[in-house]
Amino acid sequence: MSIIVDKVSYCYSEDSAYKVQALKEVSLTIEDGEFIGIIGHTGSGKSTLIQHLNGLLKATSGHIYYNGQDIYDEDYNLKDLRNKVGMVFQYPEHQLFETTNFEDVCFGPKNQGLDKKEIELRAFEALRNVHFPEELFYQPPFDLSGGQKRRVAIAGVLAMHPEVLILDEPTAGLDPAGRDEILGLLAQMKRELGITIILVSHSMEDVAEYVDRLFVMNGGELMYEGAPKDVFRHYKELEEVGLAAPQVTYLMHELKEKGLNVDLDATTVDEAKQTILAALGR
Amino acid sequence: MIRDITIGQYYPANSIVHKLDPRVKLFATLLYIIALFVYKGLAGFILITGFLILAVKMSKVPLKFILKGLKAIVVLLVITASFNLLLTPGEVTFFKWGVFQVSDTGIRTAVMMMIRLIYLIIGTSLMTLTTTPNQLTDGLEKSLSPLNRINVPVHAIAMMMSIALRFIPILIEETDKIMKAQMARGADFDHGNIIQKAKAMVPILVPLFVSAFRRADDLAMAMEARCYNGGTGRTKMKPLKYTASDRVAYLVIIGFLAAVILLRIFVPYFG
Amino acid sequence: MGIIKTKNLVHEFFRRDEEGNVEAITTALDHVNLDVKEGQFIAILGHNGSGKSTLAKHINALLSASDGTIWVDGMDVSQEENVIPVRRSAGMVFQNPDNQIIASVVEEDVGFGPENIGVPTDEIWERVEHALSTVGMKKYRAHSPNKLSGGQKQRVAIAGVVAMEPKCIVFDEPTAMLDPNGRKEVIATAHELNKKKGVTILLITHYMEEVVAADYVYVMEKGKIIMDGTPREIFSRVSELKEHRLDVPQVTLLADELRKSGVDIPAGILTREELVDAIMKVK
Repeated sequence: MSIIVDKVSYCYSEDSAYKVQALKEVSLTIEDGEFIGIIGHTGSGKSTLIQHLNGLLKATSGHIYYNGQDIYDEDYNLKDLRNKVGMVFQYPEHQLFETTNFEDVCFGPKNQGLDKKEIELRAFEALRNVHFPEELFYQPPFDLSGGQKRRVAIAGVLAMHPEVLILDEPTAGLDPAGRDEILGLLAQMKRELGITIILVSHSMEDVAEYVDRLFVMNGGELMYEGAPKDVFRHYKELEEVGLAAPQVTYLMHELKEKGLNVDLDATTVDEAKQTILAALGR
Repeated sequence: MIRDITIGQYYPANSIVHKLDPRVKLFATLLYIIALFVYKGLAGFILITGFLILAVKMSKVPLKFILKGLKAIVVLLVITASFNLLLTPGEVTFFKWGVFQVSDTGIRTAVMMMIRLIYLIIGTSLMTLTTTPNQLTDGLEKSLSPLNRINVPVHAIAMMMSIALRFIPILIEETDKIMKAQMARGADFDHGNIIQKAKAMVPILVPLFVSAFRRADDLAMAMEARCYNGGTGRTKMKPLKYTASDRVAYLVIIGFLAAVILLRIFVPYFG
Repeated sequence: MGIIKTKNLVHEFFRRDEEGNVEAITTALDHVNLDVKEGQFIAILGHNGSGKSTLAKHINALLSASDGTIWVDGMDVSQEENVIPVRRSAGMVFQNPDNQIIASVVEEDVGFGPENIGVPTDEIWERVEHALSTVGMKKYRAHSPNKLSGGQKQRVAIAGVVAMEPKCIVFDEPTAMLDPNGRKEVIATAHELNKKKGVTILLITHYMEEVVAADYVYVMEKGKIIMDGTPREIFSRVSELKEHRLDVPQVTLLADELRKSGVDIPAGILTREELVDAIMKVK
């Protein structure tokens, strides 16, 4: 059970003077139940890449296999794929359109052709799973705060019972409290519902704490992949392409240069604290 | 996708046409349209084609870019042409089926109509391609300023137009995003009958309107913050002033229309 | 009196039902007192809904107070005849870069403000030229704003304000919608305006790392100012900041954690260099 991306390339406006090669022979594998981070700055191809994973964009060349099946096969049902691979776009609250939050969450399951009882059950469950306050279920979405709207939008995708959930910068524009809530929520969904989570972000610090594995995109190519600490070892190269490693990574390297024997792989505040204390002999 | 629509988007370049006063270009476009509907016969066609080619060359806008804009209206062209082709009776009929027929007159009107429409679109989009929306509205504002006397809010209309033009590409991109987001939630825009298709637009239109209103609100505030207070007391960064080339352009375009009219009168059936 | 001064400023939003009866009152600003000296770089921190954006709009005369007074450059904002002069001395940069650019060409947008206040044509050009080079966007002057990155759009918006030559610029969460590179560009531009041109800056944000270089910081919550001081004073109160669920920069957080574990590190560490030095000292 996995997603395999095999040498996928993609061009925008292929047969015109404005041709832009957004992806160049990207190959990667995502296993079931992983928490994946995709990092890259604006224009690195990360958003283009994820739109391939549920068939919204079709690769100019290359193949994508979902659970062993080529999604570009003629008899492959893309609608089915979109049910299994849920996608939460950037600023997803902008897609809300129903008169109540509950109704909006029902939109996805309705499109799946489920019966009324099942639709409502799923909507209810999904809103619960994103910790949306029950007294707001039947309120219009337009009065909510940004963070609350975003929960409704995520619930809207969750209610479709996806096996994989892709989120494009789900914390953009939120304040730190809202950001921590959303990221915590994702970790919880992965843990409790066993959903594969793919998180697109440009913040290394956010990602370092939550993900199992990182893909770094640059100029349409896959630059690095691996556990956060392995990727951050390349902090100098990352900086060259405009991506900063977490502050802690820099700090560890600077301390090491000054002769303090700390673990360079520490990426979170907690890890840093442990290794500094150890190095200081406390 | 929807973002490929380039028809009429400003194309920055440093050309004589770009530098012309927008009032000249508006006037020229008007006369050009008149010429399109006045001309008859091969001579007039050659003259107009020559004029158009010259204008495009002088504008330094790549022909490819202009033609790409035509893609957006291919459907409209095909429909218009087929109506003319299939419904016009003529002297010689090649084919007849019910109300449909293909006749010599039908073929001629269809071809003429296609040429007129394509030339019309190339010509008018050449104006918007070489004139920034702001210049365009400035030109309109100035050309229409006599209407102020009969209480037409010319400045407000011009400002609304220029803002609309600025936000069209943004809203198109936004439509694209919302469509994809709803597709990811299983929305289907391609199948079903007309009523089902219309219903499928609701999840796109509602968020689009909400967003447009939010933007309007933000923009109004940003304009106020920059001391916008209507048209009174404003100065212009780029005030419109005629130069020698503008005067020449006026003469050229008037001469062009005169020539088209004269050709119609004196050599109407040449070719 | 400073360039911006508020005295017991109150702002209440009324929500009305269909018949127009008041349904609920939200107090967005609750007796705010603020005094900003000319030439300072001030940061206002707070969550969404803390009232910080409402405060910003008052400084630009975009809202009128329910109670209390606000003076900008010595002018009482509530006086109708002061509205335009106030907006001329205090410019404003908003959050969404797309929704504040009016024109379809960069230079024309920068000229929009000067046009509104009746600056003669030749001088508009000088101001536009100057404003664009100040924000480093001169080579994009003939471009369409749609093709620019978020950070570049924001810099165009800043140039549009700079061209009006205000004494003070309020930045209302200018980086909330930008990526890290764009954020850096915008904050660097704000600091440069402050240092080189002596423009008073009021930066409203929820990103802690952006306030490190400010002269003075106010923290707002539920319409009230709950903390104020220099960045060092603010950042030495880590547990309080965390209590208000504000985002403490990793370096400051780590320094605080180490201090709690008994390592002798001074409070209020702001930068990586400071922390490295402090750790090496105790070694």
